[in-house]
Amino acid sequence: MTDSKYNPDRRKVIRLIGGAGAAAAVQMLPFGAGLARAAEKFTVGVIYVGSRDDFGYNQSHAQAAAYIKKLPGIEVVEEERVPETIDVEKTMEAMINEDGAQMIFATSFGYFNPYVLKMAKKYPNVRFAHCGGLWSKGMPTNIGSFFGYIDECEYLSGIAAAATSKSKKLGFVAAKPIPQVLRNINAFLLGARSVDPKATVSVIFTGDWSLPVKEAEAANSLIDQGVDVLTCHVDSPKVVIETAERRGIYSCGFHVNQASLAPKGYLTGAEWEWKTPYVILVDNAESGKPMINFLRGGLKEGFVKTSAFGPAVSPATRKISMAVKAKMLQDEFIIFKGPLKDNTGKTVIASGVALSQQNPVLESMNYLVDGVIGQI
Amino acid sequence: MSDASGGIAVGSLLLALLGGAMRVSTPFLFVSLGECITEKSGRINLGLEGTLVFGAMSGYGVAYLTGSPWLGILAAGGSGLLLGVMHGLLCSLPRVNDIAVGIAMMLFGTGLAFFLGKPLIQPVAPTLPSLILGGWSSNTQIQEALRINVLLPIGIALAFALRWAFVHTRWGLALRLVGDNAAAARALGYPVVPVRIVATAVGGFLAGIGGAFLSLYYPGSWNEGLSSGQGLMAVALVIFARWDPVRCALAALLFGAAGALGPALQSQGITSGYYLFNAAPYVLTLILMSMSWSSGRSLAGAPGELSLVNR
Amino acid sequence: MSLLPLVAALFVTAVLFALFVASQGYPAFDALALVGKGAFGSAFAWQNTLSRAAPIMLTALCVALPARAGLLIIGGEGALALGGLAAAMVPVVLAGWSVLLVQGLMAMAGFVVGGGWIALSGWLRYKRGVNETISSLLLAYIGAAVFNFLVEGILRDPASLNKPSTAPIGDRYAIGAIPGMDVHWGLVWGFLVCIGAWWLMRHTVFGFATGVVGGNPRAAQMVGLPVGRLMLMACFLGGGAAGLAGMLEVAAVHGDANADLMAGYGYAGILVSFAARHHPLGVIAGALLVGGIGASGSLLQRHLDLPDAATLVLQGMLFVSLLAFETLNRKGVQRV
Repeated sequence: MTDSKYNPDRRKVIRLIGGAGAAAAVQMLPFGAGLARAAEKFTVGVIYVGSRDDFGYNQSHAQAAAYIKKLPGIEVVEEERVPETIDVEKTMEAMINEDGAQMIFATSFGYFNPYVLKMAKKYPNVRFAHCGGLWSKGMPTNIGSFFGYIDECEYLSGIAAAATSKSKKLGFVAAKPIPQVLRNINAFLLGARSVDPKATVSVIFTGDWSLPVKEAEAANSLIDQGVDVLTCHVDSPKVVIETAERRGIYSCGFHVNQASLAPKGYLTGAEWEWKTPYVILVDNAESGKPMINFLRGGLKEGFVKTSAFGPAVSPATRKISMAVKAKMLQDEFIIFKGPLKDNTGKTVIASGVALSQQNPVLESMNYLVDGVIGQI
Repeated sequence: MSDASGGIAVGSLLLALLGGAMRVSTPFLFVSLGECITEKSGRINLGLEGTLVFGAMSGYGVAYLTGSPWLGILAAGGSGLLLGVMHGLLCSLPRVNDIAVGIAMMLFGTGLAFFLGKPLIQPVAPTLPSLILGGWSSNTQIQEALRINVLLPIGIALAFALRWAFVHTRWGLALRLVGDNAAAARALGYPVVPVRIVATAVGGFLAGIGGAFLSLYYPGSWNEGLSSGQGLMAVALVIFARWDPVRCALAALLFGAAGALGPALQSQGITSGYYLFNAAPYVLTLILMSMSWSSGRSLAGAPGELSLVNR
Repeated sequence: MSLLPLVAALFVTAVLFALFVASQGYPAFDALALVGKGAFGSAFAWQNTLSRAAPIMLTALCVALPARAGLLIIGGEGALALGGLAAAMVPVVLAGWSVLLVQGLMAMAGFVVGGGWIALSGWLRYKRGVNETISSLLLAYIGAAVFNFLVEGILRDPASLNKPSTAPIGDRYAIGAIPGMDVHWGLVWGFLVCIGAWWLMRHTVFGFATGVVGGNPRAAQMVGLPVGRLMLMACFLGGGAAGLAGMLEVAAVHGDANADLMAGYGYAGILVSFAARHHPLGVIAGALLVGGIGASGSLLQRHLDLPDAATLVLQGMLFVSLLAFETLNRKGVQRV
């Protein structure tokens, strides 16, 4: 990762999907005019659904915001713990009206519909970058939805987990059975099975994004059942990682690096690198280029990264994991390919079908693959 | 432990409930004991949720800075005491409603804890040690279920001590008299207002410790989602337990065990309907209440001056 | 009603908040100025405040109306969620029907379901002697569980990928903005319901009888008032108001029912009702204060980098002061 404001080589490898091109000509004019007026300061608003330092999802975005804040000519206004109600609508409007924001990063999935859609229609000269949403044709073209293929890192975590595990029982504490979460659970299982076909992943849904006591209970129940590697998809993985460490088992992190919480048992982790899409989108706006409506990237594009291996990961395991990672970086690795059955026995990906990361079908995943213990 | 048949391992489930009761019930226990003392004096403090959260934050902060979780517990109790005194003093003003002030104090305590606790989310503070009572068993689940924190036995002992003290000590008598009939207490020369302030302060002290248990033992870290209404629920449990400290302890244990049902079932692969399993403690409490209470007996054991139940 | 307690409370809150902010190393005077500016300083600020206040007036009635009958209900959040869910189902079932009819039925569904949920507490109190405060709190948690179970289960719209929601009600049945303003019609509904509640309690036999029940249930029984029925009715009307708030949130804000309906409006309503001494018109002012603090908290975060918790601290200080300065009020003693 270079420290320069923007690495031009990276731009070439950014995947652009969706009909951004057609809208380009229409978009150029209003944006150009808007930018000329505020030539020296470009104001960006960033909205978080949770607390900025939650050791998790919101923190991963706050780190990116802190990064673009340091870029010359950029001013950042932030607001945390903004619920997905009229509050976020009013916050976006206030950023535009009271702070002169020209671009808004709305970082929670639930902000998209109806709030971002509504505000984007109302303020066509402001750019709205939304994390996790699925922009589709017909939606306002001043919206860009960006996201990272973090399931690549989950697959690599699964490899480290199954190779290190003694019981071959892995555990996953998840908030809700939504596509983004299911995709991570499934990738974790597939990674695990790639090194040990008998490995299983037991999943517990807590029902909400931040319920520390329930997360600790879930972690303990899983450990009581013989699970010896835990990972999670909740807003703040701190409790799960700490519980695993206290009970002397292994863990894989999520959102940001949690190695400091589990010096003994931390294997590796899936981390966001939001500063890549933030810089691309801000750079684009500043130079008056059309909004990138659909922006996705994985390891290769630098949208996600893996935590450094912990001491418990053997050299042999590291080697396997690094070999897969190298393929992912070359765009030669497919995680979801047929034949794949879900855990009720139904075929979900037919034999011979390979779903590449960019395939939108993956973004509406609604099954747990064979080997995952749990129902949705 | 494994059950290849795919059915539910009942023994394992019961152990999980036991483990849950041991792990989760302590905050409920301490807050409800504290509230029990306060309510016995004829005051109600609905703000203990805020006290709990503030105690969790201050306990974690002090434990982190000093390296001693026990100092953290003390700090949590101390800050709970301060919030309790504040509530007690405000509610001693004429025409000030204790229920309403409690709810406002809940916001205030929570807000203050969140504000001051921002820098404490990242650091790792030392946690309280556990007592290993299950060393005799080779079953890890039994060992784990019986790994408890010293605060739990202290709390249970306190419950019995309080039940005894309410009846057999001068303090207990004064407290109950003030709570049951302020006019009579005044006539007998008991200082009604100071007794109530002290009772609210002690209640706050215990609630603060309950909060420190959350941040310093289980789950054992500070963050803003730490309490999902445990303090509020504990206050409700006092009414459920009809102002008897020992019943408060039982209610807390029962509530903790019921809360373990959802995760325990899920860890065995029963994940559908988890919202309903997770609501088990609330449903259970409601059912027990509507079965055991009848309109005539609802006030049995209620302090006569308590605004919440005597109108 | 004397204005002295209000003025004193506002003054003390300002001083305390300024001291607190300064002690944390932030500019105190700027913070106070921004609070005023963010809440009521411009047309935009006013509309921001009003939008946030709209649902809170209605959830406050969920406390205020049962309080007239001597009951303390704290579970409005559950009534709001289930009322909203019921309302969201109406356009799904009656797709294609006329707008006014569907919106009317949505309101009715929200009202009846929310009202029924809180009436359950009233019924448990009257029939089984179960304390209504604790039962309404338990029912709020149970209601949330039922809501999530349904919304993420059989009522889930498969197209709502990462945010489980019911099927969208569609633009046709949505409640829009008041012309010339950025505030939805729900605000007007809120005003009207509050005025209606005030009229009901002040000018009807029902209101008078409910007041007697709340003031002295034994006397009410002796003069032959149907105590149980009046309690139930007060709970039903209160819960209905909260259910209506849920319907308005669905129809004017979310466009479907999802877990974010439970944003804490039910709990905010408790405080507002107490601060307004359970007066149905007073809750309008109380809701404006809460909305204003929300709006200005947003500005404090953006301009001074204060953490979000500043909003909670300010709200806590304001309501503690408001309630404490009740002591200066010689008239009117709170009943509940």
